Amino acid sequence: MQRTYLTGFLFAVALLFHISIFAKSDESEGEKDLKTEIDEYIQHHLKDSHDFSLFSYTKENGEHVYVGFPLPVILWDEGLKVFSSSKFHHGETLAEVDGNFYKLYHSKIYRTDAQGTINYDADDHPTNVKPLDFSMTKSVVMIIITGFLMFLLFRGLARSYAKNGGIPKGVGRFFEPIVLYIRDDIAIATIGEKRYKKYMSFLLTIFFFIWFLNMFGMTPLGVNVTGNIAITSALAILTFLITNFTGTKDYWKHLFDPLGDSMPWIAKIPLYIILIPIELLGIFIKPFSLLIRLYANMQAGHIVIMSLIGLMFIFKNWIGSSLSFGLAFAISLIEILVALLQAYIFTMLSALYFGFASEEHEHAEAH
Amino acid sequence: MSIPRIVGAGLIVIGVGVGIGRIGGQAMEAIARQPEAYGKIQTAMLIVAALIEGIGFAALFATAEN
Repeated sequence: MQRTYLTGFLFAVALLFHISIFAKSDESEGEKDLKTEIDEYIQHHLKDSHDFSLFSYTKENGEHVYVGFPLPVILWDEGLKVFSSSKFHHGETLAEVDGNFYKLYHSKIYRTDAQGTINYDADDHPTNVKPLDFSMTKSVVMIIITGFLMFLLFRGLARSYAKNGGIPKGVGRFFEPIVLYIRDDIAIATIGEKRYKKYMSFLLTIFFFIWFLNMFGMTPLGVNVTGNIAITSALAILTFLITNFTGTKDYWKHLFDPLGDSMPWIAKIPLYIILIPIELLGIFIKPFSLLIRLYANMQAGHIVIMSLIGLMFIFKNWIGSSLSFGLAFAISLIEILVALLQAYIFTMLSALYFGFASEEHEHAEAH
Repeated sequence: MSIPRIVGAGLIVIGVGVGIGRIGGQAMEAIARQPEAYGKIQTAMLIVAALIEGIGFAALFATAEN
């Protein structure tokens, strides 16, 4: 049953794929230096894009060939505008929709005139109107696919457990120890036997979500979802909200009265002028460090691997290129470990923060 | 990249490297003394290393040029 769904889905994806060919329009720029080309390629890879292209190459006659499929663009610009990103031709042409012209400039959509001029201010930032962009970008598609995959996988697992009387089967034999590890060594160890259950769904979801997306980033699909600061921010905001909304009385008391009854109130005043702002700042710093850590780790990993691959083309000799190939291979292996480690760290630290927030002191504790 | 930024980034990396290196080394020592506490030591080590790493990344972002 499940397999048929998956095959159908993959088949639909395969149908959507098409090869598009465009003549190079910016001939005036001349032959680009190989180093700047690699640099631009890496910068482009790190960004979200409006089309899902797996790879591209240039033919001898200067034609760009892209293999992939376009994605829908949804703009709010004095009304809803929906069109396919194939109209941009990978940023090489303007898209005309309802009399307005849109241009793709560094993966962002700007409204331009019919010639596609982009005006710059003193700091070289474009001053053109930027319509609100709700497009289905590559990251959005990848998130939906991951969500779909997780839903099918874990619903199937739950069913197979009911059928087999609690014995894992198939891929469940791989996932059961991981789920049990998260329950026993992350949730119970940090939150406690009493209260861990209400956090389990969030911890499991966030662990597998981050892990799967990190692993997708290692495939040749060329996605960089967890290396996108907007996505890690959203994940960290979820942790922030859950931490503060499930916080107990003791958690808030600890924030605003950290010293408790250990000294008279008059002595606390000069200390609290410093202590309370620090504690309040801590609430925001905790999720902020979560989002920066995940974002920077994945971003850095992608940059390192792609730079090492780029080195092969710069060296162009037997020794240098094979050395950088070996390095790229080794770093890829490390990145597979990092993909798991970052998911683990995010889950672990989230659980730790939940543990702090849901703690109840039965007795006065010295800090 | 201007030179002060490069020097700053280098100092950050040195600091983070020393910090995480010390954590790793001490954790190894602790595991050697008490091999049965391996799991707990490793968890604590990873958490502390992640905290230092977070600060290091934040500092690196501050030195990055936009």
